Amino acid sequence: MTVNDQLNRDPFCDPRVHLSRRTLLGAGGGGLMMSAIARRLAWADEQGLTDTAKPKSVILLWLQGGPSQLETFDPHPGGMYGGDSSSINTSVKGLKISDLLPQTAEQMHLASLIRSVTSKEGDHERAVYNIKTGYRPDPTLKHPSVGAVLCHADQGGADIPRHISIVPSGFPGRGGYLGAGYDAFKIYDPAQPVPDIRRSVPEPRFQQRIADLYDVVESEFQRGRLQQLEKTRTLHRTVTDGAMRMMSSQQLDAFEVSSEPKEVRESFGDSAFGRGALAASRLIEVGARCVEVSLGGWDSHITNHSLQSSACDKLDPALSALLKRLEERDLLDSTLVVCGGEFGRTPTINPAEGRDHWPHGFSVLLAGCGIRRGAVHGETAGKPTLDPDKPMADIVDPVTVGDLHATILTALDVDFEEELETPIGRPMKRSEGKPIKAILDS
Amino acid sequence: MSKLRDGATTSLRWSWFGLLVLLAFGYLVGGLSGTRQSKLNASPDATMNGSHVVDSDPMSAVHRIQESLRSSVEEIDVERQQRLASLSLDYAEPADWLTICRRLSLALVGNGLSLEEIRSLEKIEESKRERTHLENLLTDQRFHHYWAERWTRFLVGTDGGQFIVYRRRRFRIWLAEVFASNQRYDRMVRELLTAEGLWTDKPQVNFLTATFDSNDGKADPIRLAARTSRVFLGLRIDCLQCHNDFLGNVNLGEESDLREGTQQDFHQLAAFFTSAKTNGLQGVRDGEVEYAYKYLNDAEETDVQVAVPFLPELLPEKGKPRARLAAWVTHPENIQAARATVSHVWALMFGRSMGESVDNLPLDEPCHPMMDLLARDFVAHGFDLRRLIRVIAASEAFRADSRADFEINSEHEQNFAVFPLVRLRPEQVAGAIIQAARIKTTDRESSLFLQLQTLTGTNDFVTQYGDIGEDEFTSESITITQRLLMMNGKLLRDLVESNPLLNASAHVRMFANDTSQIVDLLYLSALNRYPTPSEKKHFVSRIDCSDNAEKATEDLVWVLLNSSELAWNH
Repeated sequence: MTVNDQLNRDPFCDPRVHLSRRTLLGAGGGGLMMSAIARRLAWADEQGLTDTAKPKSVILLWLQGGPSQLETFDPHPGGMYGGDSSSINTSVKGLKISDLLPQTAEQMHLASLIRSVTSKEGDHERAVYNIKTGYRPDPTLKHPSVGAVLCHADQGGADIPRHISIVPSGFPGRGGYLGAGYDAFKIYDPAQPVPDIRRSVPEPRFQQRIADLYDVVESEFQRGRLQQLEKTRTLHRTVTDGAMRMMSSQQLDAFEVSSEPKEVRESFGDSAFGRGALAASRLIEVGARCVEVSLGGWDSHITNHSLQSSACDKLDPALSALLKRLEERDLLDSTLVVCGGEFGRTPTINPAEGRDHWPHGFSVLLAGCGIRRGAVHGETAGKPTLDPDKPMADIVDPVTVGDLHATILTALDVDFEEELETPIGRPMKRSEGKPIKAILDS
Repeated sequence: MSKLRDGATTSLRWSWFGLLVLLAFGYLVGGLSGTRQSKLNASPDATMNGSHVVDSDPMSAVHRIQESLRSSVEEIDVERQQRLASLSLDYAEPADWLTICRRLSLALVGNGLSLEEIRSLEKIEESKRERTHLENLLTDQRFHHYWAERWTRFLVGTDGGQFIVYRRRRFRIWLAEVFASNQRYDRMVRELLTAEGLWTDKPQVNFLTATFDSNDGKADPIRLAARTSRVFLGLRIDCLQCHNDFLGNVNLGEESDLREGTQQDFHQLAAFFTSAKTNGLQGVRDGEVEYAYKYLNDAEETDVQVAVPFLPELLPEKGKPRARLAAWVTHPENIQAARATVSHVWALMFGRSMGESVDNLPLDEPCHPMMDLLARDFVAHGFDLRRLIRVIAASEAFRADSRADFEINSEHEQNFAVFPLVRLRPEQVAGAIIQAARIKTTDRESSLFLQLQTLTGTNDFVTQYGDIGEDEFTSESITITQRLLMMNGKLLRDLVESNPLLNASAHVRMFANDTSQIVDLLYLSALNRYPTPSEKKHFVSRIDCSDNAEKATEDLVWVLLNSSELAWNH
C-alpha cells in the first residue's frame, strides 16, 4: 500500500467507536441539535456500522487543588466549622448541597454523592497520583491512571486518541506501567484548535515530505538492522500513519464546540472548563473512552470562601449542563461522570480565613453507568472531634480511594480484580479496593 | 557654527548608538553559527580551529589514559566473545567513528554531535577521533549537567516534594559539581547517606528531605530503604515492606546460604534512617535509632534494630548509624553495591540495561561476567566513574555496529553481538533536534538567544512529548502525540524554516558550494552521518529540480528531523 493509498482511505470506520441507535434517534429527534457528527453517525447506523455493545466511557471533572467538601457537596452550615456557606435543597428530597452550586442542585437526582472518601495523602502531587491511579506513589512502579486502565481493558479503535485530557493540570492521566501509549492526549481550551493537528505546509508538499521520509530515509535505516524493525521495535510508520489519519479525521469535529448552538455553549458557562465539559460530551460520542477536564483554583489556604465561590461559579454550570445533556441524549447509561479532587479541606478555618488540606473525609460525585440516582453514601460529622490520632472517628461509612476505583471500574464493566502484569512481571490488580455497593444499582 | 556642532554631536551620538546596537547584535548572535566557509566546508580535510582537545601527540594524556584501560577492556571483550561463541552467535563489525561518537554524545550530553564537533574531529587521525571526543565530553559542562539530571532522577525521583524543605535544583547542581570535579563515587554515596544540615546549605541533605512529604516532615525510613536498596544495592526489596518473600523473588543473607527475604530485612535497613532527625533551623542531625514496627501477623509492635540484608560482616560495629550504613555500602568487598553502580552507568551509556533490569540484580542469580569484571575494576581503581565510562566506551560491545550482514534478532541485541537499538528519551529527542538544526554546539557558552530558545523549546517540547519521569530505561513505544508534535509542532516549524539567524537550513544554503554539499551538511547535522549515494542522488535532484530550492531544503530538514534514525540510538 502506497502512502497515498493509505491517506486516501476513508478515515471513518471502526464501528466499535460509535453511538447506539437509541442515542442517535435521540440526537436526531433534536432536529436542529443534530450536529455534523450526529449526521455522520446516523449514516453509519444506517449502514450497520454502529454497535450497541459500545464500551462505556468516563468523564472526569477534575478539581485540581482540593475542593472544600464544606463549600460543595457536604456543607455543615452554622457552627464553628461551617464557614460562610449555607446549604440549599436539591432535586432529591432531603439532600442538601452548598448554595454555591444552585444549578447542580437541580440535577442531583441524576447523581450519587460519596461524602466519606479517605486517603493518607495530604500533599498535592502524591494525592493526585493516589486519586487518579487508585494507588499510593511507589518509587518502584508508576501506576496507570483510570483512563489508561480503561483504554487498556478495551482496545477499540478510533481515529482520535481515546484518553484525552482537556485543560490539563500539572498531572494529566498517565499510562504508567501500561506504557506511554496510554498517556492522555492533551488539549487546552477547546476554543483554540487542537495542538499540532494542522499541517504547516500545503497538502502536496506534506505528502512529498512523507514519501521522502518513508521511501528514502526510513528504508535506508532499516537496511541490515534488526529483523522487522518497524513491526517489532520502532512502529514509526504505523504511528505516523495513525497521526495522519487523525489529522484528516472527521472525528476531530468533536473538539469543535463552536459548532454547538449558542444556548448550548452558554449553558456550560463561558470558561475553558465549561467548553471542556461540552467537548468531553462530544468526544465520548465518537469513541473517546476517558476524557478528563480540569478546573483549578481550589487550593484555598487563604480566603477560602472567596476562592471556593469563584471556582464553583465555573463548576456549577458545566457540571449541571453536562449531566443534563448526557441524560437528554440518552448517554448517561453508557457514560460515568466523576467529579472530585485530590482531597478535601479542613473543617477548621485557619487565621488567614483559609482551609488547609484534608484527606480524612471528602466528597466525590458520581453519575451514570448504573450508579444509583439521588443516593448519598457516607457522612462526615458536623462537629468533628478532630482527634489527630483518630482521624476516622468523625466519618460514617468511610471508603478508600481504592474502593472508589473499584466502584468506577465495576460501573464500567471492567473486572477490577483482574491482575495486569507490570513490565518486570509483577502481578498487579487493576484496583485493590472494594466496590461501594450502596451506590451501585444491583 | 553651533548648528554644525549640534549636527556633528547628534551624528556622533547616533554613531555610538549604532555601534552599540551592532555590538549587542553581534553578542547575541555570536556563537549561533559559524559564518566562515571553512567551518562549513564538507571536506574532511578542511582546516578549522576546534574548540576542543585535538589529539596530535601519540603520547598525550588522552593516549596514556587509553593505554591504562587496555587490559580491562580486553578482559571484557574476551568475556563477550566467549559468551557469543558459546551461543553460536555471529557478531557485528565495529561501527564507523561517527556512529560511535554520536552514541557517546547521546549518552554523555543528551544530544547528537554538532557539525562543528564533527569538523573538529575530522581534522585529526581517524583512529584517534573516538577517544578524543570522549575526553572532550568528559570535561564538557554539558556532560556534568546532563548526568546530574539523570542521576537526580535516579536518586530522588522527579516529584516536587515539599518546597519548604526540598530543593531539587540545588541537589542537581551539587551533583553537577560532583561530576565536574570527578569526585570518587564512594565519597558521593557517603555524603548522601550521612548528610546533615540544612537542605539549602548542604544540597546532599535533599536526598533525605525529598521524602519528608510522606512522613509528616521527617525523613521517611520506608522510602529511603526502598531507594537505597534499588540505587545503591541493585536490589528491589520493596515487597518485603509488607510481607516476607514467599515467591522466591528476593533472596538475601549469606552468599553461600541465601534465604528468602523477610520483613525484618527491609525494616532493619529502614531503621538506619530513623537516626536522621529533623532539628528545626539546624536541619537534619544525627540522633538515635528509634523505630517501632508491627510486622504482619504480629500482635504488637517490635523495636527494630539496624541490620544489613547481606554481608553483615562488612558493617562496622561502631559509629553513627548512617555512617555505618554508608561504610557498608561503599565497602570494597561489597561487590553487589559496585555492580549496582556499573549497571546504572552501563544503562546510561547504552540506553538500556545489561540484563533484564537496571536496578534489580538478584543475589541468587549469576551476575553477568562483563558486569562483574567492570564492578571489580571500578572498585580496584578508586570508584572512578570516568574510568568506568571510558572502559565501557572502549569495549567491543559499545563499539559494535547495529547493522550486520547476517539477520539480526533480539538475541543478538541481548548479548551485545550488535549495538542494541534504543529509543531516545524525550529530552534527548529535544536536544537532538535542536542540535541537529544548528551548526555549532549548543551549550552554556551559546548566545543568549540560543540558550533561551533551547531552554524554553526543550521544556515545552518535553512536556508535550511526555516526560517519562524517573522510569529511565523503559522501552516505551512512540505515541501519536509525539508524531503530531514532530510533524506539525512549533519547535519543529521554528527549526526547519529558513531562518538565517538561527537555523542550519539557511546556513548551509548560504555557505555550501553546491547542492551536493547542502545535502551532506544537513545529513551530518541531523543524523551525524553522510548520506548514502542513493540518498544523495535523490535529494540533490529533489532540490535542483524544485521551483523553490529554499523550500526544498526545508523539506529535507523536516524529513531528517522526522526520521526514526534521529529518534533512536543505533
